[in-house]
Amino acid sequence: MSNEKAATCLSGKGITKIFGNKKTKTIAVDHVDFEFCKGKVISIVGESGSGKTTITKMILGLTSVTEGEIYFDGKIRDISSHKKKKDYWRGIQAVFQDPFAAFNMFYKIDAVLLDCINMRGGKHLSKEKKTELMTEACGFVNLKFQELTNKYPFELSGGQMQRLMIARIFLLKPKILIADEPTSMVDACSRATILDMLLKLRDENNMTIVFITHDIGLAYYVSDIVYIMEHGKFVEHGSADEVILNPKETYTKRLISDVPKIYEKWDLTTVG
Amino acid sequence: MGKIMLQVNNLNTKYITRQREGVYAVNDVSLIIEEGKSLGIAGESGCGKSTLALSLMGYYFSPLHYISGDIIIDGRNISSMKPDDVRKQVLGNEIAYIPQAAMNALNPTQKIISLIQDVIHAHNPKASKKDISDLAKERFELLGLPSEVLQKHSVELSGGMKQRTVIAISTILSPKVLIADEPSSALDVSSQKMVIKMLRNLMEKGLIKSMIFITHELPLLYNVTNDIMVMYAGQMVEKGSAKEMVFDPRHPYSKGLMGAIIVPEAGIKNRKLTVISGTPPNLKHPPEGCRYAQRCKFARTECSIQKVEERNFSDGRMYRCLYSIEEFKEAYAYE
Amino acid sequence: MKNMIKQVFHSPKFIIGFIIFIFMLLTIIFYPLIVRADPLNMIGGLFNKPGTYISVKDVVQTNEYSLKINTVSAKLNSISEEDKKSMADWLIRFGNVKKSEININNATSLVNLWNENYKSTAEQTGLLAAQKQGYMRLNDKIKELMSNADVYIATKDNNGELESKAPLDSQAFVNTNDILNEKTFILGTDNFGRDVLTELVSAMGTSLKIGLVAGITATLIGLVLGLLSGYVGGTLDDFIMFVTNIFTVIPSFILLVLISFSVGQNARGVMLTACIIGITSWPWTTRSVRSQVISLRNRDHVNLSKLSGHSLPRIISTDILPYVASYVVMAFILQISSGILAEAQLSMLGLGPATTKVSTLGLMMNWAMAYKAPLTGAWWAFVPVILAITLISFSLNLMNTGLDQVFNPQLRD
Repeated sequence: MSNEKAATCLSGKGITKIFGNKKTKTIAVDHVDFEFCKGKVISIVGESGSGKTTITKMILGLTSVTEGEIYFDGKIRDISSHKKKKDYWRGIQAVFQDPFAAFNMFYKIDAVLLDCINMRGGKHLSKEKKTELMTEACGFVNLKFQELTNKYPFELSGGQMQRLMIARIFLLKPKILIADEPTSMVDACSRATILDMLLKLRDENNMTIVFITHDIGLAYYVSDIVYIMEHGKFVEHGSADEVILNPKETYTKRLISDVPKIYEKWDLTTVG
Repeated sequence: MGKIMLQVNNLNTKYITRQREGVYAVNDVSLIIEEGKSLGIAGESGCGKSTLALSLMGYYFSPLHYISGDIIIDGRNISSMKPDDVRKQVLGNEIAYIPQAAMNALNPTQKIISLIQDVIHAHNPKASKKDISDLAKERFELLGLPSEVLQKHSVELSGGMKQRTVIAISTILSPKVLIADEPSSALDVSSQKMVIKMLRNLMEKGLIKSMIFITHELPLLYNVTNDIMVMYAGQMVEKGSAKEMVFDPRHPYSKGLMGAIIVPEAGIKNRKLTVISGTPPNLKHPPEGCRYAQRCKFARTECSIQKVEERNFSDGRMYRCLYSIEEFKEAYAYE
Repeated sequence: MKNMIKQVFHSPKFIIGFIIFIFMLLTIIFYPLIVRADPLNMIGGLFNKPGTYISVKDVVQTNEYSLKINTVSAKLNSISEEDKKSMADWLIRFGNVKKSEININNATSLVNLWNENYKSTAEQTGLLAAQKQGYMRLNDKIKELMSNADVYIATKDNNGELESKAPLDSQAFVNTNDILNEKTFILGTDNFGRDVLTELVSAMGTSLKIGLVAGITATLIGLVLGLLSGYVGGTLDDFIMFVTNIFTVIPSFILLVLISFSVGQNARGVMLTACIIGITSWPWTTRSVRSQVISLRNRDHVNLSKLSGHSLPRIISTDILPYVASYVVMAFILQISSGILAEAQLSMLGLGPATTKVSTLGLMMNWAMAYKAPLTGAWWAFVPVILAITLISFSLNLMNTGLDQVFNPQLRD
């Protein structure tokens, strides 16, 4: 029991988010529990409206939690002040879905990478050292820093921007990374590159990765553990093989049967 | 071979940009679809599949311009017709087109039944309201849609229901060819399944004689269409039956695409997904030789220089590459 | 950024508006350097017509030149068409002149016919008394025009008696370049006797200054309040919106009038008026900035900044402000335009800055109305002012539309 607790990076108990006031309230997330273990790849699979975006924001500390507690590294998470939030964000980071929306179009891309260096305490490093760090980060994602420096976001392609987001993570080396649909706006042929880079980060740094996606095939391919989310609740969770090849809940079964198959026959007679 | 519903011979079309430059969006595309068959067109964003769909309708409006080639629908060559004639005689009753996110095109101020009346009156002004209503009810029942939908407005319907309604309205005149451009991408998986089921229903019941299904999701095509065609940079690079294309692709690009398919099935975990680095060529100045040569692992020097024609085989397969089947077998053996 | 600026200067609407505006701005700046007269100097008389005014004394006392020109024909041509028609009409109805004999275009023959046939005592049936008087006045006018009576220049001799020097030759002309004392009023004078053109240029400058200050005040207040209320949200948002709603519900014009009135005549200067206008027109900017900020604060780049540990002021200034900047610039231009119009309205009511110290476009309108310029036909006292207000407003709005098309590509035609 204590062994398991030690290996948990982030966990939550009774996490709830309610929007609106008493008369017109919407329960986006309804008393969910979760446990993300160190070094594992976890996916949260849900359709639109399931609450996965809300829970992502709560885990990241971008939205307040109405009820429940989040535990980070064994202790209760405390993000009451700006300084404490900054400390928390040294341990947890995110990669977003739309690379173009994630970059401020009025600033050069160097600014984003420099912010990461500063966050890791590198403000007083020399210019050469900073450039070296940024070149190394770009190299990790197969980009050449010399070609990208001093450019604005709109001068780069979507694939390059998404890889820059991953370069950010390389510089920050957080303990846990939340990847919110990182491949949905990327071509099928470049998807594998992004996934490979994320998995390499996990291998080299024992980083926990949480994938948020609606694509159950992707979840199965890349993760060790899968959580299925519906209407604000986790209806099922377990190892990827268990949940996807042997689903127990009706919702999970229906979700899997609705996805077109190529190896097995896709049963079109049952419709949700 | 059954009756040919749609035959396209060497179609070329282009876009003219604001700066008066030409973007050669569709280049030398030929295909044949028989009665009762469906063709899937796969490719990544920007490869020209949506442009091809617009071009097939014969409805050319600036900035899209027709350059050369034939489009023959059930024996009738529409490439020489003026856009207005195409609109009056061909669209709706011979060819129907469902654009991407078509469900947003439903007029929210009218009831569904009145939208259907508009469509039918455009081609048959004398049809009576009762006839239209009967036809609509019958059609909706056949396709598994509740007839209450006819009296509703589009804002009262869910996304999946709207999309299915649009498909039902577009095919109400039983066109010979239905072109569906990403009919299910914006929907969640269960609505997607319903749309797919409806399209298969339309084909099976003979309400449409043939179909072209355009999408970037290959597992869908595998389960819906008889044949699959892969497009790259405005050209067709390979064509074959769905099964052959997914499990035994020949062209390096098709192989790359099929190798990147992810499905929630056992066996996918151990596969290494293919990666194709680089970007498609600039279609303002398309390269002389093979358009895929820059990104191709197997490219030889002559690939970038020599013009590459389609190779047609007796089993109906086609691919556009300088390699022969034996050379492919050898090259892929090392994969 | 540079690309956007390039696009802005390629937009036709912006360029036209910009050119008009710069033209007016250059006039305001350079005209006073060339014409160094105090715009508030009352040199002329009440509503003098536009034209060049020459000292009569100088004319008489300067070199004469004899020109062989028929001076009478010029006078004949000065008879108005209306008068000629009246004369022709009378001659046909009461003067026993056949229509075929009358040629309206030949003033000489017409006048001759008139002199031969007009009698004030003739039988004029169907004419009202006033009309008969009118014809008599017309006759006097013609007589005066035609009089060839000599005019004499006389000086006083030693005894104080007038002695004749010489008659003025009807063909004596002077060269205007020899006259030293002349004054050209291109746009005449207003009711105070001020040169309208000089006053107009100065008034445009003042009005523009007021518009600018009002615009800056309103936009700054609107921007700050909008940013705070949009980004921070919660109670601060509720409070700011409450205040904004109050200011919106009360008609800003009434507020303007009340504040102006209560401040009092003496304290009302140019800057104070501008501030008052600014303080009453910020609600609109606040609302728009707030709604933009609300849609921006949930964007991914803001989230990324937060995750990078940026502080609240830094996020507002680097992630929100540049995105609303284009909008704020447009709002600012519109505020200038409406500020100028608001000042014109206030001044027309007499609640603007004091007239004796400064001149604004609204004040010029105010005085033109007070002295009934439209009724007396003194168009030069108000038409140029209206044109100036219209041009400034038009050019600013045109620039704004051009900018809008650059920043919102969907609006491009």
